[in-house]
Amino acid sequence: METLKKEKAKSEKKETLRISGAEAIIHCLLAEGIELIYGYPGGAIMPLYDELYKFQDKLTHVLTRHEQGATHAAQGYARVTGKVGVAVATSGPGATNLVTGLADAQIDSTPMVCITGQVPRELLGSDAFQETDIIGISTPVTKWNCQVTEAADIPKVLAKAFYLARSGRPGPVLVDITKNAQFEEFDFSYEPCKGVRSYNPYPTPDLKSIEIAAELINAAKKPLIVFGQGVILGEAEEQLKALVEKAGIPAAWTVLGLSAMDTEHPLNVGMVGMHGNYGPNLLTNECDVLIAIGMRFDDRVTGRLDTYAKQAKIIHFDIDPAEINKNVKADVAVLGDAKVTLELLLPLVNNNEHKAWHNVFKEKYKIEFEEVIKNDVYPTKEKLTMAEVLEEINIASDHKAIIVSDVGQHQMIACRYAKFKQTKSNVTSGGLGTMGFALPAAIGAKMGAMDREVVAIIGDGGYQMTIQELGTIFQNKTPVKIVVLNNEHLGMVRQWQELFFESRYASTVMVNPDFIKIAEGYGIQAKQVSERKDLKATVAEMMASKDAYFLEVRVEKEDNVFPMIPSGASVSDIRLK
Amino acid sequence: MEKKWITISVYSENSVGLLNRISGIFLKRHINIESLNVSKSEIENVSKFTIVVYTTEDWVRNIVGQVEKQIEVIKAFYHTDEEIIYQESALFKVKSSLLFDERQIQNIIKESNSQIVTVSRDFFVLAKSGRRNEIEEMYQQLKPYGIMQFVRSGRIAVSKAEMQISALINEFNQ
Repeated sequence: METLKKEKAKSEKKETLRISGAEAIIHCLLAEGIELIYGYPGGAIMPLYDELYKFQDKLTHVLTRHEQGATHAAQGYARVTGKVGVAVATSGPGATNLVTGLADAQIDSTPMVCITGQVPRELLGSDAFQETDIIGISTPVTKWNCQVTEAADIPKVLAKAFYLARSGRPGPVLVDITKNAQFEEFDFSYEPCKGVRSYNPYPTPDLKSIEIAAELINAAKKPLIVFGQGVILGEAEEQLKALVEKAGIPAAWTVLGLSAMDTEHPLNVGMVGMHGNYGPNLLTNECDVLIAIGMRFDDRVTGRLDTYAKQAKIIHFDIDPAEINKNVKADVAVLGDAKVTLELLLPLVNNNEHKAWHNVFKEKYKIEFEEVIKNDVYPTKEKLTMAEVLEEINIASDHKAIIVSDVGQHQMIACRYAKFKQTKSNVTSGGLGTMGFALPAAIGAKMGAMDREVVAIIGDGGYQMTIQELGTIFQNKTPVKIVVLNNEHLGMVRQWQELFFESRYASTVMVNPDFIKIAEGYGIQAKQVSERKDLKATVAEMMASKDAYFLEVRVEKEDNVFPMIPSGASVSDIRLK
Repeated sequence: MEKKWITISVYSENSVGLLNRISGIFLKRHINIESLNVSKSEIENVSKFTIVVYTTEDWVRNIVGQVEKQIEVIKAFYHTDEEIIYQESALFKVKSSLLFDERQIQNIIKESNSQIVTVSRDFFVLAKSGRRNEIEEMYQQLKPYGIMQFVRSGRIAVSKAEMQISALINEFNQ
């Protein structure tokens, strides 16, 4: 009798549902607010796919053409929505195909949960068909990973996975679920994860360090802000703008910080780093206070470290304690979510204008315009440049499009010349430099922002690394705009070969197929432009199209991207040609 | 920057795969782990890694930052040799006949402060705890007589200063 009472009390306390592990995964995803996932089926994940079939009215699964495509699509989705992207794959090759996307999401702090099937528990370690140690393989490229071998563990592991992926500095999480755990039935109940005792995602800001930061900023004569993706991830765009405007500080951005601030804002002075703008790079070594916000001093940003901003006091705002003093020693470190720390900083900074200092940036811009920008955007030579294509897209989209770029020369051109009014609009593989990122990422970006135009800017090299995702666009009728800037070379490598390897073009010449026919084979409207007179109208036609559109622009074959800080050189050594 | 011996202490949850995650941080930086010990700690259900490396303090700071960033790591510390009390343990397996035939063996046992763990007809086992150089010295002394087996543990260490872990855990529990 006693036991019976206890049993009853237990069942009344928690509402449970007796379901399979596979069905439980679906309920977990729904409970986390997930509506869209990307993936590819296979043996060890089939029980989950069977449930996806039953729940297709509640949870959309997009079949990509390769698991890597699923990860990049999930990343694109996450980057424009701020939500967690989800990718699903089977064991073995399905799982190993996720690795590039995981590494990309890890280094670019993108919230993503990957779910992989695994051979049944009793076959673990037997070298079973499609068995691979994906936990071991994915460890260095995940924020957290976990193998589940019984159904009862699924809810708490997935709850923790989503919590970890999105909280603090976001990142990718992989959950590997054995096939037996997907089949087993258990009493399901779900509770979202609210915390993990060994993990502090939001360090409490130290008011003293914020005060010292404010003092340094107020005393500065030549302050410079460099902001990164931390501003976007922390949704601190308004606070950044308020700080920039109140203190009158020129603000430059890293590749991943792009779009956090209107590119046309008068205090936005452009991009830092290897192919960034002349002014902010050069003046990094002239400023007296460098205020780094949500950026991690990547080597592509700093160039040679022992000559980087040595004259300046460095204030570093970041959420990740491991980033403080990792590459550049901070004089003041402010730990915390950028939105919170900037909010606290704002009332402490004085109104200022720094007019003379701004004029220095304007002068440098003039030099860069004459030497580089003019010839890039308004070329007088016969062949088309990549930058003029970007300029036409800017005009046709009124700076409102989401630009997804791949990796290489076109990426640097896209980041340099694309104009943005809205945050979360620049999607690119910054840290890992993953060629093949853009086409699948554009699919995810479009599905995450159906009301916006999504334009993928891709080189002829990277395009062919994930070209199979045209099939995903075809099947789902995803209205993305695909622009391939075709220079018949692996342009960035060719540029380095020209500059540093005496023009020995080892394996950088591409003999390309008929891209138009390929796109048309997938039912995608396609056009090629090779002359300037056709560019404007064709770009306008593409942007006006309601459907997917493929545009190949034949550009100058051996153009170089400038300015450039040669690898290992100081930001002061930035070259204009 | 000068390289030195540094002991890293990591308090963590006891979970599968964490060792792999931590060792990967050293691997990525091409830094060799000179010694590693994992055991329970003074706190229930909290494990403690004791890792010894020979590298610069800059690298150690970087590594400790990355170690601490791992989700299941509660806190990580690093100390120089002066800041800790540390020991290693070693076992020596030696032929029993030596105990009777070689008078010097008995002197080595006495002078090294080692213990006889077991004696059987064929062999006896000596246990020695202490600093690595003390163990090394004993090894060199016994070597001429023939050592059947030798093993030395990783370093274990406690810090002279406090390592506040309980406070961190309590803070979370509140």
